[in-house]
Amino acid sequence: MSTPTSEASIPLHETPLAGVTTVVDKKAAVILSVMTAGLLLVVAFFPQDGDTTFRLAVPSDFAQLPRVTVPSTLTAWVLIIVCLLCAGWSIVLYRRKLQTPLWLMVIYSLGWMIGFLAWAASGGTIPVVGLLSGSLALAVPLVFGALGGVLGERSGVVNIAIDGQLLAGAFAAAMIGSALNSTWAGLVAAMVAGTLVALILGLFAITYLVDQVIVGVVLNVLVIGLTSFMFTQVLAPNAETLNSPPRFTAVVIPVLGDIPLIGPIFFRQSAVVYLLYIAVAVVTWSLYRTRWGLRVRAVGEHPTAADTVGINVIRTRYRTILIAGAVAGMGGAFYTLVSVPQFNREMTGGAGYIALAAVIFGKWDPIRATLAALLFGFASNLQGVLSVIGSPVPSEFMLMLPYVVTIFAVAGLVGRSRPPAADGIPYRKG
Amino acid sequence: MKLVLRDITKRFGTLVANDAISLTVEPGEIHALLGENGAGKSTLMNVLYGLYQADAGEIELDGVVQHFSGPGDAIAAGIGMVHQHFMLIPVFTVAENVMLGNESTGFAGTLDVDEARQRVQKISDQFGFHVNPDALVEDLPVGVQQRVEIIKALSRDAQVLVLDEPTAVLTPQETDELMQIMRELKESGKAIVFITHKLREVREVADKITVIRLGKVVGEADPKASNAELASLMVGRPVELTVHKDPMKPGPDTLDVERLRVIDAAGRVHVDDVSFTIRAGEILAVAGVQGNGQTELTEALLGLQDRVEGSIRLHGEELVGRSVRHILDAGVGFIPEDRQTEGLVGAFTIAENLMLNRSHGEPFVRHGTLQLERLEGFAKEKLEEYDVRAPGITTLAGQLSGGNQQKVVVARELSRDVSLLVAAQPTRGVDVGSIEFIHKQIVAGRDAGMAVLVVSTELDEVVSLADRIMVLYRGRVVGIVPADTPRDVLGLMMTGERPEGAIA
Ligand SMILES: Nc1ncnc2c1ncn2[C@@H]1O[C@H](COP(=O)(O)OP(=O)(O)OP(=O)(O)O)[C@@H](O)[C@H]1O
Ligand SMILES: [Mg+2]
Repeated sequence: MSTPTSEASIPLHETPLAGVTTVVDKKAAVILSVMTAGLLLVVAFFPQDGDTTFRLAVPSDFAQLPRVTVPSTLTAWVLIIVCLLCAGWSIVLYRRKLQTPLWLMVIYSLGWMIGFLAWAASGGTIPVVGLLSGSLALAVPLVFGALGGVLGERSGVVNIAIDGQLLAGAFAAAMIGSALNSTWAGLVAAMVAGTLVALILGLFAITYLVDQVIVGVVLNVLVIGLTSFMFTQVLAPNAETLNSPPRFTAVVIPVLGDIPLIGPIFFRQSAVVYLLYIAVAVVTWSLYRTRWGLRVRAVGEHPTAADTVGINVIRTRYRTILIAGAVAGMGGAFYTLVSVPQFNREMTGGAGYIALAAVIFGKWDPIRATLAALLFGFASNLQGVLSVIGSPVPSEFMLMLPYVVTIFAVAGLVGRSRPPAADGIPYRKG
Repeated sequence: MKLVLRDITKRFGTLVANDAISLTVEPGEIHALLGENGAGKSTLMNVLYGLYQADAGEIELDGVVQHFSGPGDAIAAGIGMVHQHFMLIPVFTVAENVMLGNESTGFAGTLDVDEARQRVQKISDQFGFHVNPDALVEDLPVGVQQRVEIIKALSRDAQVLVLDEPTAVLTPQETDELMQIMRELKESGKAIVFITHKLREVREVADKITVIRLGKVVGEADPKASNAELASLMVGRPVELTVHKDPMKPGPDTLDVERLRVIDAAGRVHVDDVSFTIRAGEILAVAGVQGNGQTELTEALLGLQDRVEGSIRLHGEELVGRSVRHILDAGVGFIPEDRQTEGLVGAFTIAENLMLNRSHGEPFVRHGTLQLERLEGFAKEKLEEYDVRAPGITTLAGQLSGGNQQKVVVARELSRDVSLLVAAQPTRGVDVGSIEFIHKQIVAGRDAGMAVLVVSTELDEVVSLADRIMVLYRGRVVGIVPADTPRDVLGLMMTGERPEGAIA
């Protein structure tokens, strides 16, 4: 048998196969059905009289979008039918061994959400712009945290200490911002604080090969203890000089800020939010398109291979997590320089852990992790808005919403995810 | 470029892996390094490549003494290495793997992927590699991955090229192609160090042979020496290169596979309509070019594949859909194809690795507690029996040489009382002396009534072990033929052609 024949019969780039069939996951069909059934039961057992109004504009828009008022229960039923159709179509597709397309999921999600809102806010008005821009505000620290998390894990270092970095950032921003009476100084201080936490993480996790999860958890506890102590001992007694930082105010971007609906949500924000847009873009671009990013990913996937082509694994990991720490620190600054101009004990409320979840739900990809964090922000804010409007759902129950939405979205939309191969494994030479 | 290694010594703790080794490789020369598992070949090459620092000795290139503090320095000095265990990033494309560490960039550090693509294409065309620069490495057959490794080295303009057991995972055809490539590289003036355990290859391409044993150079050999001479120089005793086995005395059917179909998550059908039977006391060898469904077949037998249709019966009991644990307990032993990812836990000791699949009860666990003394005795015995070269039973498996890792896996599986042994590439990377031993053990198991399924890309191994041979092509059975089928017929079958009367 000569070589050419074997090459002709077996294309070199593929595995020789007996054939290809389609394997379809039934997850999408199941999730859509369950979600629809849930909404249907709620609307059937607790029908609402009255109308729901969706307010799409803010007074300052140059072109005012109209208010939309609809009858609550009827709208809910119409949209439930839409959801049923989508779910049914998804089941049909599954039977025919076809994947549920993304557009169907998007239509479904919109339909379900509007139907739910129409029912839940019966007799009230939903400020759509407020709901969405509030979501963005809640999501900002999460997105920064998630970006930091993505960077670290892509280089092979699991960062449980995101929460600590956010908290340290918030604290440093409040203190330095107040002391120097400068928002920008506060922001820089927050980045430095996040970097310092990362440095300790690196020292133990990279240099001394300590289990990364343990170091991360210990660091979170350490930062909580330290900031709480400093708060009671230093910040609280000198609140005027050390705990009343100036605030980043909203800056309207010309033209973009005037687009109805989109403008007020995205382009009438503070400088920190604009920095966030830049950060998402820069992290994504540099991770996938630059030499630095290629090396970071190589080190996170197969450090030995990276070492054999002359890449310094330890140095690359350090550099990446320090940058990641600075990014997460910026998220911390959002708490004290934008949200509330004052530091409080444990004010992040575990947001770092949610950011960590967003990293995984986002499959270690900066854009997807950002979307996951935004979704979480939306769910949290929805809960707030609905409890203000006074919805028929008990408020304790509503508190679950962010988590339930996240779990369903993740289960329904995210396929199998694969972390960087060397994620969490310390590199030891030889 | 002329390479001189002078009195290189490298110790790991008390173990002297290289003991004053000297070696000279001229440009345009293929210099073969032969030696048993654990002789210190890879260690020597890692020292040359800057991965390890020598405790004593000098590296000289074209008369200039070099000091490498890391692989980066060695690469810059013109040394390229294809490692025994591939150093490719599976989720990267070929071009990305080739450019890594040597990237050409544009504005603000942007990667110039086009340039890398062209570089791959150019080298690929020059040597006839047929490698697609945009393919993901994990989708490529090992033979192609091997070429990617070579492209990687050449794209950095390596003048001294080290190939550490490059043929261990290749099919015979791929090996022939690789040797052709080596000859071309030699013509273009490169100095090549070639490590292998396959004597045929040495005699075919080597210009010079150096034999290492226990970390020392024991002599040079003539490339024209016979296999037996080379083998005994390597191992230090005469080696039987052929397997002696009595005619089989088959018992009742042990394994009965019917219409087996294996599909992966992406819907690719790797095994289709495969049926065969193995009787007790019989060795069925699976031949075929790597990637034609062998891996998936063995994994399906062990319950490691999710989407399996058809039936697999062991002593009449259906195994499809059962857990791996259940299948192991039902009496199936498994030597996996890839010892590093599936066979061993690198961070565990040899002793712990030897009891990995018996962590659920007697003899090593009683009332949930490890019986350390018993394990220690057992491990020491196996180390001795299988001639595993290691400082002791508490050595981490990850620190063993490639061939010794393989011996640990084989020792574990063969020392358990199993009625079916599934052995995928049982002697991959193992030296001739140990191949002899492992083959004897497999044949002894068969004589004791074990049913054995051996998968091998080495036709030699298939022919010498098999009682019957099954040839797979594109996931389907081309035919099941007697062991004495001529090799050219087998070769033809491996390309999918079915000779007359093939089904035995
Ligand atoms: N990182 C390490 N730490 C401790 N011991 C090691 C290490 N690497 C190798 N060794 C030991 O050094 C010896 C030589 O190993 P080496 O890998 O060089 O053998 P080899 O000749 O390449 O064998 P093979 O043919 O099996 O690949 C072995 O006994 C091995 O256990
Ligand atoms: Mg070796």
